[in-house]
Amino acid sequence: MTNVTTPNGFKLDNAGRRVVVDPVTRIEGHMRVEVNVDSNNVIRNAVSTGTMWRGIEVILKNRDPRDAWAFTERICGVCTGTHALTSVRAVENALDIKIPENANTIRNLMQLALQVHDHVVHFYHLHALDWVDIVSALSADPKATSTLAQSISSWPLSSPGYFKDLQTRLKKFVESGQLGPFKNGYWGHPAYKLPPEANLMAVAHYLEALDFQKEIVKIHTIYGGKNPHPNWLVGGVPCAINIDGTGAVGAINMERLNLVSSIIDQMVTFVDQVYLPDLQAIASFYKDWTYGGGLSGKSVMSYGDIPEHANDYSDASLKLPRGVILNGNLKEVLPIDLADPNQVQEFVTHSWYKYPDETKGLHPWDGVTVPHYELGPKSKGTKTRIEALDEEAKYSWIKSPRWKGNAVEVGPLARYIIGYAQNKAEFKEPTEKLLKDLGLPVTALFSTLGRTAARALEAQWAAHQLRYFQDKLIATLKAGDSSTANVDKWKPETWAKDVKGVGFTEAPRGALGHWVKIKDGKIDNYQAVVPTTWNGSPRDPKGGIGAFEASLLDTPMADPNQPLEILRTLHSFDPCLACSTHVMSEDGREMSKVTVR
Amino acid sequence: MDDAMARMDRSAESPRILILGIGNILWADEGFGVRAVEAFHRGFEVPDNVTVLDGGTQGLYLVNFLQEHDHLLVFDAIDYGLPPGTLKRIDGDEVPKFTGAKKMSLHQTGFQEVLSAADLLGAAPQRLTLIGCQPQDLEDWGGALTPPVKARIADALALACDVLGEWGVAVAPRKVPLDPAQGLLGHDIDHDSYERRADPATTTVQG
Repeated sequence: MTNVTTPNGFKLDNAGRRVVVDPVTRIEGHMRVEVNVDSNNVIRNAVSTGTMWRGIEVILKNRDPRDAWAFTERICGVCTGTHALTSVRAVENALDIKIPENANTIRNLMQLALQVHDHVVHFYHLHALDWVDIVSALSADPKATSTLAQSISSWPLSSPGYFKDLQTRLKKFVESGQLGPFKNGYWGHPAYKLPPEANLMAVAHYLEALDFQKEIVKIHTIYGGKNPHPNWLVGGVPCAINIDGTGAVGAINMERLNLVSSIIDQMVTFVDQVYLPDLQAIASFYKDWTYGGGLSGKSVMSYGDIPEHANDYSDASLKLPRGVILNGNLKEVLPIDLADPNQVQEFVTHSWYKYPDETKGLHPWDGVTVPHYELGPKSKGTKTRIEALDEEAKYSWIKSPRWKGNAVEVGPLARYIIGYAQNKAEFKEPTEKLLKDLGLPVTALFSTLGRTAARALEAQWAAHQLRYFQDKLIATLKAGDSSTANVDKWKPETWAKDVKGVGFTEAPRGALGHWVKIKDGKIDNYQAVVPTTWNGSPRDPKGGIGAFEASLLDTPMADPNQPLEILRTLHSFDPCLACSTHVMSEDGREMSKVTVR
Repeated sequence: MDDAMARMDRSAESPRILILGIGNILWADEGFGVRAVEAFHRGFEVPDNVTVLDGGTQGLYLVNFLQEHDHLLVFDAIDYGLPPGTLKRIDGDEVPKFTGAKKMSLHQTGFQEVLSAADLLGAAPQRLTLIGCQPQDLEDWGGALTPPVKARIADALALACDVLGEWGVAVAPRKVPLDPAQGLLGHDIDHDSYERRADPATTTVQG
């Protein structure tokens, strides 16, 4: 390959200089990106590789399907509840178990709280630093910062004194030589565009978000019985409710429900008064940074989530939109059937696994995970120390899932594009308002910043939905229905001998599906296809590229040795990587070598 | 800062102590911290001012637990280039605190991130000790603890009792064995059930 056009319409040229961004040199973590840049330092080819948890199917074999959620909850530390929810839905689908209305409502509350938590933490803790220059905040004028903050929001923490104190703390932090969470940034990079005052305001909100996020977690503690690792239940939710009860232990009572309500109020306020205004303020300085759209302007997918009615997973019941858009045709949202063997399929042509026939994909019910690690003839280096990958051969531990053979982007932007295409006012109107306020056309959505904006809009949507479902729960309870679980089919004797099921959710970072086969009361096969597998997938047999690779193309880099632009775009997907090792090493770095097998 | 004030108000009371195990039980020796704290809970009774917690791979979700406690004792796998199964006690500032702006994923908000976040919020532990164990194998998907690591859990617990003793906390072995239903981990992921079904012949998928 030097110059090709992929079947999904992207021009790739690997003639230019190869730049490797990997855990050893630039990015911590189980992900590595290699790009070819032309003589103007514009990215013309991108190769994304990663390690992904692919062992859950092996671990779950022969276990009790009612316990599967407890294992999948351990896959990672952020999507904990989403995996558990997907798992219980898959088992309920297989065993044809119906859950009570309250269980559906409480699951939605758990899932929505996780969405808000993840989006807020992602924006402030991970992604903001791609746009906000911490060191520049030191030279801000606190008074001007206060004026700026008060001009965009009524949030009370905005006095000159507040920002002055914060700046003093930050100065001490930096002067002591311990940049802490801000260590290793590309501070001073020419791609940072915010004035010092906007940077200082963002740092203040970074700390406020850090303090605030712990409140959200209390919702999981109350409805999940404990935290971390809330409890889940096939057939409903494992929390008893007695609105007339007293005390802090035992069944959930009115006092606990009121605590959840007050946390939801705080979430709505924080998202409305801090997150959204910040997003808009930051975006206004980056309007000309239009890169990173990749697949989003062509093909996107969402399974949908947040059913209004228990056991009704139809498009009409799902409040987060469901469907697929292909090749930029916003006029047609295609229906998805996760049980159809010809729709969702995983390919391994460019993944380090083996299939009997690698020209074909496998539906997850029939999925297999047999590792096969080999480097292509054009790769450089050795198996244990790769210098350059050969993208024409196998090059990633991530499989390539495709919908009817098409690469699609998943995540908040995909959900918003689909909701927009379906003319759903609750998605379309806020999107149009934000774009109008920024003076941007609708097509500006198809970008890194569009992804970041969709996440903020969705956090706002989710916070308000929390209010809706909390009120719905209390109304149902007050009407006398306190049922939270259906145990009619709890015993394996009541199950059919050989069944299969699929469960899905929209995780914060995109479409998540678990497929399970149950034989004689035990798990026979279990496959999870996670959002970052969709977005971070390597090429498919036809050469179609996935969302990460597509999003990096045509991006100009100020300095390839300081790949801030690459981080910015990849972070906008909120990637979920190996989700596993965080072993402490002596120098404080987390052990993060790419596993070589 | 509020936390610091609240702590001063409570200075006359017993310090609140968090005993935390962290790691991923699905990934062989990565599970050391969780298995150690699970064993500690099974083996010992603790006074009311002590919380025993399975932190799993939770990142920032754990910050509030740090804010609610004064001292912190952590079990975790460590990489100090030691022979597999080596236990190491690390105190106070020796425990690495690290966060970086270049991390790729929220999932990398590991425990160091939590410590550093607590620090920024003015809630760094007054006393901090890490009891670490050098792993043999982190890459065995679905595998259990390896023998050299599993063999050191009892020693890790003894070390924990010493540390707690230094902090003025007396822990005693349980007089009545813990009801398995009251274990820290349930639903087939407790140590014994996990291992019973983790068949090495099928779970080691290294190519």
